[in-house]
Amino acid sequence: MVGVTVTTGILLVGVLGVVLAVLATGGASTFSKFGLGFLTSTRWDPPHQEFGALPFVFGTLVTSFVALALSVPVAVGLAVLLNEPISMRITGPLATFIDVLAAIPSVVFGLVGLFVIAPWLEQHVEPVLHTVVGWIPVVGSLFPVLARNEQGRIVGAGGDYFVAGVVLAIMILPIVTALSREVVATVPRELREGAKALGATRYEMVRLAVLPYSAQGIAGAAFLGLGRALGETIAVSMVIGGGSSLGASLFAPGQSIASAIASQFNGATNPLQRSSLLALGVILVALSFGLAALSKWFVGRGMRRMDVSSADPVDPGPTQQVTAEAA
Amino acid sequence: MSPVVAAGRRPLPVGLTRSRKTKDRVFTFFLLVCVALALIPLVVIAVFVIVRGTGAINTNFFTKLPPGPLDARHTGGISNAIVGSGMIVWLAVVISVPLGMATAVYLSEYGRGRIATIVRFTANTLLATPSIIAGLVIAATVVTWTHSFSAYAGSLALSILMWPVVTRATEEVLRLVPQDLREGALALGVPRWKVVLKIVIPTAGSGIVTGVMLAISRGLGETAAILLTALGNSFMNTAYGRPTSTITLDIYTWARQPQATLQELAWGGAITLMTTVLVLSITARIVSIRRQRRLA
Repeated sequence: MVGVTVTTGILLVGVLGVVLAVLATGGASTFSKFGLGFLTSTRWDPPHQEFGALPFVFGTLVTSFVALALSVPVAVGLAVLLNEPISMRITGPLATFIDVLAAIPSVVFGLVGLFVIAPWLEQHVEPVLHTVVGWIPVVGSLFPVLARNEQGRIVGAGGDYFVAGVVLAIMILPIVTALSREVVATVPRELREGAKALGATRYEMVRLAVLPYSAQGIAGAAFLGLGRALGETIAVSMVIGGGSSLGASLFAPGQSIASAIASQFNGATNPLQRSSLLALGVILVALSFGLAALSKWFVGRGMRRMDVSSADPVDPGPTQQVTAEAA
Repeated sequence: MSPVVAAGRRPLPVGLTRSRKTKDRVFTFFLLVCVALALIPLVVIAVFVIVRGTGAINTNFFTKLPPGPLDARHTGGISNAIVGSGMIVWLAVVISVPLGMATAVYLSEYGRGRIATIVRFTANTLLATPSIIAGLVIAATVVTWTHSFSAYAGSLALSILMWPVVTRATEEVLRLVPQDLREGALALGVPRWKVVLKIVIPTAGSGIVTGVMLAISRGLGETAAILLTALGNSFMNTAYGRPTSTITLDIYTWARQPQATLQELAWGGAITLMTTVLVLSITARIVSIRRQRRLA
């Protein structure tokens, strides 16, 4: 029994080893031909045997950060609400609804993204964003004016970085909320109740007692969400627009690393292009493992800090600030 | 009564001032907005999938093949993709469930020391691996060696993804089995392997079923890994060695066609997929609630 089960355990380690080895050996000829230039070159041109990963790395990072910027505030709000004892009748169903969101297959997000979310964002949200922030120097160039046809309707590309970011934000919301909720739940009860007893409003309790205690854990949750967003493939490839050039703004179509692999590997016949797609896989794996490790480290640190500071009487932590605020 | 001055902070106003009240109201409003922002996407997805999906569902949808390029006026069906999903996920379950369970038994019953740490770390790492990577690796090996996309390759790619899911879920429920049960059996002279097979696994039984259903849902909903390995097929195929379509691949393919009749197939596929996944997760939930009641 020990023998059989430990064999499967070692086999699992072997599977991971094979995965990494296949990616590394497959990508080797690209890395040896282009070196670090593979990461910095913006030219992905299969007919001319030129391969640079930057457009795709940029697409992955930009969509993931849009997703993070949109979903983390909402996730933290939900985490705070789900830990409030006021409303069990609301929080129960709410948590279930969020779980249901997590169970939806990513291709369905892609389908709804393509037919519902992308047209809506392109016609109604992107012009508003341009009017609101488009005039700011530098940042504004990320939100350019959109081309319109004779009827005055915006000519959408059927997706762009921004649309992909919004779809990703919806997709990572459940996981970021679930982890933030756990982290917020570890805030000592005495702190919350102490703040309330001293007359703090709910906002002040959250601001001065809950958030400072859970900040690192929430950062961990955000990194986990970022890791998920980086690796998401099908939904992104349906709403990111496509193309192999570096988009100049958030409203430009592009590709992410994962969507480039999905859309090109089956048709890639020349060896260097296959190798370059495997090299993209290496980058993707490195990014997602790195983020998973970072997330774990942050959550672990956050948890440990809580134990230490609640036992430490001289800790100049949030308790004193609450006292001051409510005095 | 003078305001308390905390180090480095400006004096705070005394009493429940209007600005404190306003901030609290704004914050409460923000929480409500968060709830709305979480629920709106879910409602939008549900409404569109149900409305457009039910419009596409009829007997042809389950029995016919997708229309060819010349007769796009007729709505066909996705019978081949339903068969394909069944085939690919079935083989993936056959591969990944025994392996995943055995790994979980190792981790919970025997796993101490360095090997166990490495195995557990590997399982977590594979859980964090993007699914496209599993597809890419199988495509660069199995598909390349056999010179053909195939349902086998799809199942193998899914197995890489489902194995750690089964392991993680099973390990969790095995750990919930009371230690007294194991010790009692061992004290009566039952050998270790028999304790695991006859006592630990049966006690954790329904919990393991939940884990398996979770893995099946994951497999049914996967697209990226299957795209690079099984490719898809617009004809009926029951041979594991040939390119095969799945419901998810069909949604992906037909959604990007210009003809409305073909897009309809994608919506029909979406409601079929969502219903299946929903039934699986509700069953899993009922099983695990029953189990909790029985243990309580």
